[in-house]
Amino acid sequence: MFSFAQGRFDIPLEVGHLQFPPAASARRPPLQQGVPVRRLVTQYNKDYYGGALMILIGLWAAIQGKSYAIGTLSRMGPGFFPTALGVILTLLGIAIALSARRVPKDAPEEKPLPPEWRGWICIIASVAAFIVLAKWGGFVPATFAITFISAMGDRDNTVKGATILSLAMVAICVVVFWWALKLPFSLFGWGGV
Amino acid sequence: MIEQPLLDLWHGFGVALEPHNLMWSFFGVLMGNLIGVLPGMGPISAISMLLPITFTMHPIPAILMLAGIFYGSQYGGAIGAILLNLPCHPPHAVTCLDGYPMTRAGKGGTALGITMIASFFAASFGIMVMIFASPLLVKIAFKFGPAELFSIMLLGLVCGGTMSRGSPLKGVAMTVVGLLIGIVGTDVNSGVARFTFGFVELTDRVELVALALGLFGVSEFLRSVNRMHVVGSGTRVRMRDMRPSKAELKQAFFPMLRGTLVGTLFGAMPGTGPTITTFVAYAIERKVSKTPNRFGYGALEGVASPEASSHSKTQVDFVPTMSLGIPGDPVMALILGALIIQGIQPGPQLITEHADLFWGLIASFWIGNILLVLLNVPLIGVWVKLLQVPYRFLFPAALFFIAIGVYSTNNSLFEIGEVLVFGLLGWLFMSLEFQVAPILLGYVLGPMVEENFRRALLLSRGDMAVFLTRPISAAFVVISALIVVLQLFFAARAALRKRRDGTLAPAPRPQEG
Repeated sequence: MFSFAQGRFDIPLEVGHLQFPPAASARRPPLQQGVPVRRLVTQYNKDYYGGALMILIGLWAAIQGKSYAIGTLSRMGPGFFPTALGVILTLLGIAIALSARRVPKDAPEEKPLPPEWRGWICIIASVAAFIVLAKWGGFVPATFAITFISAMGDRDNTVKGATILSLAMVAICVVVFWWALKLPFSLFGWGGV
Repeated sequence: MIEQPLLDLWHGFGVALEPHNLMWSFFGVLMGNLIGVLPGMGPISAISMLLPITFTMHPIPAILMLAGIFYGSQYGGAIGAILLNLPCHPPHAVTCLDGYPMTRAGKGGTALGITMIASFFAASFGIMVMIFASPLLVKIAFKFGPAELFSIMLLGLVCGGTMSRGSPLKGVAMTVVGLLIGIVGTDVNSGVARFTFGFVELTDRVELVALALGLFGVSEFLRSVNRMHVVGSGTRVRMRDMRPSKAELKQAFFPMLRGTLVGTLFGAMPGTGPTITTFVAYAIERKVSKTPNRFGYGALEGVASPEASSHSKTQVDFVPTMSLGIPGDPVMALILGALIIQGIQPGPQLITEHADLFWGLIASFWIGNILLVLLNVPLIGVWVKLLQVPYRFLFPAALFFIAIGVYSTNNSLFEIGEVLVFGLLGWLFMSLEFQVAPILLGYVLGPMVEENFRRALLLSRGDMAVFLTRPISAAFVVISALIVVLQLFFAARAALRKRRDGTLAPAPRPQEG
C-alpha cells in the first residue's frame, strides 16, 4: 500500500527471501497509543472485517445465483457461474478471516489516519449533486456544483479560490464539451437529459 | 520466417506515419504525459478519462492514441516519483527509493535522463519480441479451443490475483469480485438478466469506464483528500541536466539490460502486474551489485533497472492481449475493452484480419517512444511546474472531467451513479487493504471465462477432465496449480520461520523520505 500522506509510502513486500525495502529502513518509533475505538481497526481486525465482507458478498452472490437456473455441468444455466463464484468467494472470505494474525503488543503500531469526514462527505455529495443538477437544472449548474462542493472538501481551499476554479471548469464545460465536442446535453434545462 | 514480419512492419510504419494517425499518436502521448505527471493520476485514470473521446474515432487512430496515452502517462509517472517522491502509479514506487535521493543530491535531471534512455531501450527490445513472438503465438493460438482459452485465462487470473502486491488470498478474492461484477447484465446464452438490481441500464453490463474511474479515480480522491499536500520542491531541471555522463551511461547499461530481460520474462506471463516486475528487477539489481548498501541512497542502477523492466513488460504484455485476447494486466484489460467497443475482437484472427491495425500499432509504439523522448526533452520544465499544481485544485477538476467523460460514453447520467458506487466500494476495499486492480482484470475476463467454460463443458458433455486431457490446456492448469502451491509453500514457510523466531516480525517499512 502506499499512502500519499506526508509523501511517504509503505510497501511491505517479500520476494523470495529478499526483503524490501533496503535494510537501512529505520523503523518508525512507536507512536502514541490510539484511542480505544481506533484499536478496533488494527491490521489484525482489518482482515476480520475484510473476510467478513467477502463472505457476505459471496453468500449473497451464491443465493442470488441460485435463483437463476443452475442446470447441469453439460448444460449450464445462467445461475451456474455466479453460484460457483459466490461459493469460492465465501471460502476465500473464511480463509482471509482465519489467516488474520494478531499484531504483537510490542510491535510498532501503525498510526491510523484521522478520518476526513469533511472531504469524504463533500466528494460524495459533489458527485450526487452533479447527477441531480444535470437532470434538474442543466450542465452549467451541475459543473459548478461538482467542482465547488468537492473543492470545499479540502480544508486549504478558500471560497474565493473554489469559486474561481469552478467558474473555470464551467468555461471548459461550455467551450470544450458543449461547443467544440458537441456532447448532447443542455446547459440549462429542466428534466432534460 | 524473418522477412515476413519485417515486411509487415514496413507496411505498419506506412500506416502509423499517415499524417492523421501520427497526429493522434502525438496527441495521445502529449495528453498521457500531461495527465500522468499530475499527482495521483496513473495510466488507468488517464486512459479511462480519454477513452470516451476515442469512441467516435476510426479504430486505428483510436488505438494509436490510446497506446500513446499509455506511454505518456507511464513516463509521466516516473517524473513525479523521481522529483517529488510521489509514486503516482504503483510500479514507480520502487523508482522513488533511489530516484528521489538522486534528486536531493542534485542529480534529478540525470535520473530522468537515464529513465528516458532505459524506457526507450526496453520498449524497443519489447517491440522486437512482439514482432517475432506474435506470429508464432498466433500459430499456436489457432489450435486453441474453449478448454485452452479457459485454462489460459484461469492462469491469468491466478497470476493477477496472487502476484500483485499484498496478500495473495485477498488478491484472488478481488479477482472473484471482479468476475462477479463482470456477470452483471444479460446472460448471452439464456437472456436472463443477472444481478441487475432491477435497473434496466444494468442489463447492458456495467460500464467499463465507470468501473475504472470509480475504482481508480473517485476512491483514490476519497483516500487522499486533505492527506496529500504536494509541496513544491523547487527543483529545477534543465535540458542540459538530463544528459547523463559517459560513466553514468556505462554504469546504467547492464542494469538496464537486466531490467529489460526481467520485464520481458514477466510480460510473457499473463496476469503479473507491472509492480511486481519492478520490485523483482530492483531486488535482482541489489543482489548483483557489489555495493548493495548504496541502494536507497541514490544508486543509478536502482532507477535504470526497474524503469526498464516496467517498460519492456508492458510492451511484451501486448502480445497476449492482441494475439490471444487475454490482457496481461489492468491497463491491458482497459485497452482490450476499448478494442471490443470499437468492434474489434482481439485474438488469433486479429493479426490476419486487421493486419494494418496490428502492425500499425507496433510501428506506432516505436514512433510513440520517439515522440516521448522528443517531447520530454524540451517540455521537462513544464512538467516540473505541473507537478506543483496543488492537489486541492486538482481533484475537484478531475472529478468534473470524470463526470463528463463517463456521461459521454452513453449520454446518460446513470453511469455517473455507477462511478460513485464503485468509488465507494473501491474505497471500502482499499481501506481494508485489498488491492483493487485485480477487479478490473476479473471484470474484463469474466464474460470470456464463463463463455469458454460453458462451451468447453458443453462440448465434453459435462466432463471436467477435458481441461486436463488436452495437452495445452493441461499445461496451463498445471502452471496455475503450481503457482498456488508455491504461494502456499512460501506462506507456510514464512509462518514457520516466524514461529521459530518466537516473534511475529511486522512487515518491514521503507524509510521515510
